[in-house]
Amino acid sequence: MASIPASERRPAAPKMRLSLSDPIFRSVVYQVVVVGAVGSLVWYLVSNLEANMETRKIASGFGFLTREAGFAILQKLIDYAPTDTYLRALIVGVLNTVLVAVIGIVLATILGTLLGIGRLSRNWLVARLCTGYVETLRNIPLAVQLFFWYVVIKDNLPAVRQALHPLPGFFLSQRGLAMAVPADNPANPWILAAFAVGVAATVALSRWARRRQAATGQPFPTLWVGAALMVALPILTWLAAGAPTAFDVPELRGFNFRGGIVLIPEFVTLLVGLTTYTAAFIAEIVRSGILAVSHGQTEAALALGLPRGLTLRLVVLPQALRVIVPPMISQYLNLTKNSSLALLVGYPDIVSVANTTLNQTGQAIEGIAIIMAVFLAISLSISGIMNWYNKKIALVER
Amino acid sequence: MSDAAASMNNRTALGGVLGTRAAQWVRANLFSGWLNTAVTLVIAYLLAKALYAVVSWALFNAVWDVPGNQTQVCRDLHGIGACWALITHNYRFIFFGTYPYEEQWRPAIVVLIFLGLYGASAMRRFWSIKLLYAWVIGLAAIGVLMWGGVFGMPLIETDRWGGLPITLILATFGAVIAFPFGVFLALGRRSNLPAIKTLCVVYIELIRGVPLVSMLFMASVMLPLFLPQDLTINKLLRAQVAVIMFAAAYLAEVVRGGLQAIPKGQYEAANALGLTYWQGTAFIILPQALRIVIPPLVNTFIAMFKDTSLVSIIAIYDLLNAASATINTEPAWRGFGIEAYLFVALIYWVFCFSMSKYSQHVEADLARAQKR
Amino acid sequence: MAATAASARPAAGASGRPMIELQHVNKWYGQFHVLRDVNLTVETGQKIVICGPSGSGKSTMIRCINRLEEHQQGKIVVDGVELTADLRNIDTIRREVGMVFQHFNLFPHLTVLENLTLAPIWVRKTPRKEAEDTAMHFLRRVRIPEQASKYPGQLSGGQQQRVAIARSLCMRPKVMLFDEPTSALDPEMVKEVLDVMVELAKEGMTMMCVTHEMGFARAVADKVIFMDKGEIVESNAPTEFFAHPKSDRTKLFLSQILGH
Repeated sequence: MASIPASERRPAAPKMRLSLSDPIFRSVVYQVVVVGAVGSLVWYLVSNLEANMETRKIASGFGFLTREAGFAILQKLIDYAPTDTYLRALIVGVLNTVLVAVIGIVLATILGTLLGIGRLSRNWLVARLCTGYVETLRNIPLAVQLFFWYVVIKDNLPAVRQALHPLPGFFLSQRGLAMAVPADNPANPWILAAFAVGVAATVALSRWARRRQAATGQPFPTLWVGAALMVALPILTWLAAGAPTAFDVPELRGFNFRGGIVLIPEFVTLLVGLTTYTAAFIAEIVRSGILAVSHGQTEAALALGLPRGLTLRLVVLPQALRVIVPPMISQYLNLTKNSSLALLVGYPDIVSVANTTLNQTGQAIEGIAIIMAVFLAISLSISGIMNWYNKKIALVER
Repeated sequence: MSDAAASMNNRTALGGVLGTRAAQWVRANLFSGWLNTAVTLVIAYLLAKALYAVVSWALFNAVWDVPGNQTQVCRDLHGIGACWALITHNYRFIFFGTYPYEEQWRPAIVVLIFLGLYGASAMRRFWSIKLLYAWVIGLAAIGVLMWGGVFGMPLIETDRWGGLPITLILATFGAVIAFPFGVFLALGRRSNLPAIKTLCVVYIELIRGVPLVSMLFMASVMLPLFLPQDLTINKLLRAQVAVIMFAAAYLAEVVRGGLQAIPKGQYEAANALGLTYWQGTAFIILPQALRIVIPPLVNTFIAMFKDTSLVSIIAIYDLLNAASATINTEPAWRGFGIEAYLFVALIYWVFCFSMSKYSQHVEADLARAQKR
Repeated sequence: MAATAASARPAAGASGRPMIELQHVNKWYGQFHVLRDVNLTVETGQKIVICGPSGSGKSTMIRCINRLEEHQQGKIVVDGVELTADLRNIDTIRREVGMVFQHFNLFPHLTVLENLTLAPIWVRKTPRKEAEDTAMHFLRRVRIPEQASKYPGQLSGGQQQRVAIARSLCMRPKVMLFDEPTSALDPEMVKEVLDVMVELAKEGMTMMCVTHEMGFARAVADKVIFMDKGEIVESNAPTEFFAHPKSDRTKLFLSQILGH
């Protein structure tokens, strides 16, 4: 870079003068005043806190995490017994939260998309029904809906002895849904890994196929090949491991089922409540996304000779997704935060477990801090994903 | 009817029954093509069955009253007929909680005042400084009526309050107090002063990242620890503080959206005329920004209204918790959860649906105004 | 023209000093040098027209005069007050300098009358009645007194720009800056705005106008300035400027805009 003559170079900023009519000094004064006020408030609260904790003899610090928990958790994705530590209990809680959130998000998206498209249907009955669903569920608090589902589900499930047996290995009763799962087998992680490899291979394949199309004009059936990979690789691994067919089947012993995985009715309640509630909001988002793409776009694409399928995939959907994805991600966040209502129905998510913990140890601050930290971590990651997505698809404008 | 019209009307049998226009509409919207017809018929059949089942449960076979607490009649009909006797016996508890029976006219008037204030604020012809006075007087009257202690009304402490007034109080005072808070947070977030901007961003993102449940916990369990020994605040006030802090963060984001929509030229014109930052913000920027975001503001309020149902977690008897209490405490009324929750759902739905219809109406108005 | 107290005739500069002085003004956007050693003097009552290709820095220059943009080097003096970061000076200068924008920037939520009285009431602390009288006077001057209770959205572009001019005049500025005032108007409305500006000029207002309307320049300007790439290339009386442009860049520019 050629050196710029002194007369051309931008000079350094002028020095600040100590007067309220100097903008820099004024802004410093404002900030000092505000930070000072907030700071003194915080200092006041914290000193009260220390005094109160002294008087009430409340312990502080996270040492309690290594102590024995002493309470049972009815649904767990990893092994846990009341003799395990609080930390392990909290991890079980986090896993439960993630479980209900992930499944809820998937189901709500499917249901919500169908409802959103249904509202735009030409069939008047279908459109009205979908509208009725959305307008009803959006205007009733989730807590009310959860209590409702809880009563309905609890009242209508049979006792353990008369459990419903719709499919081999599935038992539905008041204790929940007991499902058979593949037994513990050293091959299992390999099978999962094979699936992950299949997904990665599909992504790489689609990139290669796009480049090939750009160079030679020839399309490649990425979708079919990719799907085949994601199914075939795990199956091959399973065969290679000797095709293990052992299942951990739940059996009725005494008053409950043992073996397999048990999804308690509280889980089903929370899942149904979250799904149906969030689907109503997602329906609105999908509907406005589809409406946002002006009909002129479809007309122009068809006029160019693009068939309907490609028009949808290349012209309408990308533009609709731009409008749909940000609020959709907000709804996913809401669903995750709403899973904290598990407390109302007794599902052991992170809030319930942390609540029990803080009641037992008396360390309210640490307990609440853990809850907030977990949710903040989830929220910030989801927001990060949304910001990345927004930047990636932003329309380049002048 | 002329011959031509008569013959046109009779061209389709349906047209003969409904008139040509309606027949065309039915054709296009319900029976156009095989798939559509099939779907219509299937749905109509299922819908009819479901409606029949619901209506017979809710109306025909329902039990509307029982003598005293003898609910055996209801239990015998469980699953066949609704036990609305639960409502007719307990509606005063559901609406007003444990507020003393003879004094329940006071919360009843409070609910009416709320309805009046909401209704008046919705109609644009009432938008003037007089509305502001009405709100101040109304809110003060609500406080006086609920607490009492003056004008010969006995003092009723907040732990006896319950039901619908609690829901309305938490939502309304929450929104009203959080609103200026939220405006300042939004202005602070857009400010050039890094310290102020950071404080606002941290507050907003922190509160928006955590569920309301955790804020309620924080308020009910932690707040007493942060205050000096001799200062105790009652549970309702703690819940109110949590609602206010929560709402302020969400309102701030809504207002910020409005501020971002104001074109830069407005700021420049205000500066060029010599207006200071606060003058420009108060007279030029905020009036325009707030007007634009009325629909999302109303939606945020609807969400707050629904969120008040969570205070049952900290044992405050709002509308939902009062309903839960009726079926959980008295053995006679155990097991009639569906009736209780349907009733409460209806009340919430009426409030929220009206507010959402209003917000859609304002949005349509704004869109029409911009097209001019 | 009656010399009423409400006329826009500015006071003569004390001891004949210039109204606006720009000395060695330089401005950078980041590292991009957008104003290069700009020197300009505007005497009281002078009308300056500034023209040039887009990106030449002409709007930036006049926006520096009322501190809508900041200059990093050089000196700007308006009516004896130096324009620095000092907020008091900025406030003083903004009261004496009126600005008319390309996109009008009227306040859409206030009536025309409220648009005009807002700044006098809150900045000059004028009583409301007096502010309204002044406002009506200037609305008559720009020939739309009947629009006083309308909202800007109900007016045509030409009417809105005339309201914008009246709004600035209500503050009784000593200088009026115009940033491409007719560029956003439909052609049939350009004349009504230019007429108002010509009248203002004839009454003796000091004006700096960035515009492409060369007819206006010929009729009213004392000096026409051509700017390109951040510098003042040429500056001359209008007849000389159009008849005998000295620089090649000026000739090129004039051929482009006068060609059609």
